Amino acid sequence: MHPIASMAIKRLGLGLLTLLVVSIIIFSAVEMLPGDLAQEILGQAATPETVAAFRKELGLDKPPVERYFDWLGGAVQGDFGKSLASKREISDLMSTRLGNTLFLACFAAAISVPVSIILGLLAALYRNTWFDRLINVLTLSSISFPEFFVAYILILMLSVGYPFDLSWVLAIIGIWFIMEGWGSFRAGRKIGRVFPVIPAIVLIVGAALLANLVTGYWHPQMQGVTSYPSISNIAPGAPFGERVERSFLPALTLTLVVTAYMMRMTRAAIINLLASPYVEMARLKGMSPWRVIVTHALPNALAPIINVVAISLAFLVTGVVVVEVVFVYPGVGQLMVDSVTKRDVTVVQACCLIFAATYILLNLLADILAIATNPRLLHPK
Amino acid sequence: MSDDILLKMRGVKIDGKTGDDWLPIIKGIDLDLRRGEVLGLIGESGAGKSTMGLAAMGYVRGGCRISGGSIEFDDLDLAKASESKRRSLRGKRIAYVAQSAAASFNPAHRLIDQYSEAPVQHSVMKKDEAETDATDLYRRLQLPNPDEIGFRYPHQVSGGQLQRAMTAMAMSCRPDLIIFDEPTTALDVTTQIEVLAAIRSAVEQFGTAAIYITHDLAVVAQMADRIMVLKHGVLVEEADTRTMLSAPTQDYTKSLWAVRSFKASAKPAPAADAVPVVSLRNVDASYGPVPVLHGVSFDIHKGRTVAVVGESGSGKSTAARVITGLLPPTAGDVLFNGEALPPSFKRRSKDQLRQAQMIYQMADTALNPKQRISEIIGRPVEFYLGLKGRARDERVRELLNLIEMEPDVFGHRFPGELSGGQKQRIGIARALAADPEFIICDEVTSALDQLVAEGILRLLDRLQTELGLAYMFITHDLATVRAIADEVVVMQHGKVVEQGPKTEMFRPPHHPYTDLLLSSVPEMDPDWLTNLLEERERSGIKVESADA
Repeated sequence: MHPIASMAIKRLGLGLLTLLVVSIIIFSAVEMLPGDLAQEILGQAATPETVAAFRKELGLDKPPVERYFDWLGGAVQGDFGKSLASKREISDLMSTRLGNTLFLACFAAAISVPVSIILGLLAALYRNTWFDRLINVLTLSSISFPEFFVAYILILMLSVGYPFDLSWVLAIIGIWFIMEGWGSFRAGRKIGRVFPVIPAIVLIVGAALLANLVTGYWHPQMQGVTSYPSISNIAPGAPFGERVERSFLPALTLTLVVTAYMMRMTRAAIINLLASPYVEMARLKGMSPWRVIVTHALPNALAPIINVVAISLAFLVTGVVVVEVVFVYPGVGQLMVDSVTKRDVTVVQACCLIFAATYILLNLLADILAIATNPRLLHPK
Repeated sequence: MSDDILLKMRGVKIDGKTGDDWLPIIKGIDLDLRRGEVLGLIGESGAGKSTMGLAAMGYVRGGCRISGGSIEFDDLDLAKASESKRRSLRGKRIAYVAQSAAASFNPAHRLIDQYSEAPVQHSVMKKDEAETDATDLYRRLQLPNPDEIGFRYPHQVSGGQLQRAMTAMAMSCRPDLIIFDEPTTALDVTTQIEVLAAIRSAVEQFGTAAIYITHDLAVVAQMADRIMVLKHGVLVEEADTRTMLSAPTQDYTKSLWAVRSFKASAKPAPAADAVPVVSLRNVDASYGPVPVLHGVSFDIHKGRTVAVVGESGSGKSTAARVITGLLPPTAGDVLFNGEALPPSFKRRSKDQLRQAQMIYQMADTALNPKQRISEIIGRPVEFYLGLKGRARDERVRELLNLIEMEPDVFGHRFPGELSGGQKQRIGIARALAADPEFIICDEVTSALDQLVAEGILRLLDRLQTELGLAYMFITHDLATVRAIADEVVVMQHGKVVEQGPKTEMFRPPHHPYTDLLLSSVPEMDPDWLTNLLEERERSGIKVESADA
């Protein structure tokens, strides 16, 4: 058998084993939660007898081990049981929600993965120039704010019709541009050594933006650009276009949060290879800097990039909880938060298990892809 | 003559950045190269040979700059030309062949795609034309399966073949000038011959001018029409190859020529009933399912040096791993002073471990860069001999004196602050710290310049006489064998093909493989390669090596 196929099967087995361990941890963790569902539903006034009877009805009186295996047996067949709170089948509840969450994750990935890899390549190409630093500062600032903050800022700027005078923001950007441009001049740094005019342009743009504050020539105002809804309530069966429009803000928030990781890892992985003899060889063959990076460094840097992309994608599926809550997006994350407040144990377990499975699956995929992009393993001697 | 000049470098100065300062690497060198001429650049490491070779392409490595002089290639000054102008020449009219083909081929692409990259990107040929051309060149350079080899990835091709494929790649645009930067240094002697022959025929067929950089005088004697000797970025001497070899005028050049003269003092043969310090008895070993050693037996006596020679992959280092217990043998025994050692180092006692020590090829990677010299040597002193505090410090000082390094000067330094030769001395001191009877020297001089290497050999020889050490000396360099060995073991494909005292080994008749090895060592005679190739063709000897 091809070594990659046998390796994939081995990894898949290990992944399933990990999932089993995770299911035990989830079950025991939920088991240890304080409070009791029957008590929660019946309220303070219930007598101990009614609580006990209700527990029996819900099956909570059986020993934990037995309940674990019942649950696991069902989960393997896609049956997560019934929601304790709403009495609905969890699989019904989950299917549309999971679809929505995956849609949002794919949407965010479709923007963030290409953008961050291209930005990473550009940052590696123009390393240590103002362009590199600008990208680093922007992505790092967007990752440094909590997701809900980014979400609210986006709502403020792109959704709520708040007359927001951007002149001051532009002026601050202008000052920063001037400092960068002047610094580039002083250091004799030119973008890629190709365009000596770049520091000059940076300086002029900065000066223009600063002058704008004084003259008041240009007052861009956020005059209620209400095209993007701040509440992403998607009805089941909504057409694709409407889905895209309604999930645009949450997707943009997620993109801002994950781009920095992928972009910085791409940049670092590429720069790490730039000192290798084969990259020097490519330069000595007269190849252009962009070609050196894209055809000579990138194929050898794929393994770490694939890994960070996979982890980011996993985050897009499982880390959406806060974003979904902010935008009232009907996904798995929101379902999970709701269920926790309602002590709806079975739903929480199902959500956790699905998140864990996503994580394991994506990491597995990343491992296999990373190995498959290595010609030493793909084409053995 | 002026029309004839292809490359004219005048007063070239190149600086390298160290911290915040620019220190000169090349201190104003003139160089002229006529069309079709092969110029040899020789010198020790740090002499600026590679920097000079790259400068001929208008290229400097990161952290370096051209600070003066002119580099006129066909009337274009590369030192002042724009980067895009220089880029349009590189690969097309000036090509480069690097030292390690294995590292310089991109592991992610097939050989033929890397071959056709330069012609296609420089719009010299279309992709399919370039591929046909590649096959043709592979055939001319006598690569096996020329129609098929280009479609392999670099890791699927052996080192010698890769080096020839890289020469072919450099030829792809039929450049006017090729820079060969130590193209055979990383190869075995038998493979080296094939690559040298391939390079020479390629250069002759296309009338290409070449700059051939090497530290091996015998090699440069075969390749170059004219030789320049560099030292610390300054030109020492320049002359035609024959003049340079027969009548060098400068002392430095003479000292380079004289390096190979060191010979260790001869030692009396061991008594017939003497128990060898280390003895291998019919040892088989394998890496997983791949068998590497087949019935290897040899003895090493007290106070004597056994040189184990052979090409890479012949099992020399594996034999050392078996002795140290890193690789337990699948069959056979390792005896130490007549007693069988446990196969794995995990089951050996501390005293058994202490008796056998190792010195490694790359002192750079074998020393912990974050530890001071006194710690590096002090650690085995404490571990094996149980010395602590002042006793330990005393012992470390003694050891440093023994390897001729001043304890007060070097004790508190880090390995990064030492030269290559000094690091190797520290490696020796660390082995001595355990007070062993037996030391394995694994290619200890092959990463060093000849003058430095000679110093290490002298030191090892002196230590052997003073301390009665037994050495197992793994090497592929027969000059080193001549210098230091008492006995020689020749290995090929995991078997011992011949063994005996050095004096007998260098006298015919030989085993055919020993003969091949011995005849493949380049000699200072400029006609050596030509004569050898003719002779081999006449007698029909097929070069059998790991490549075949």
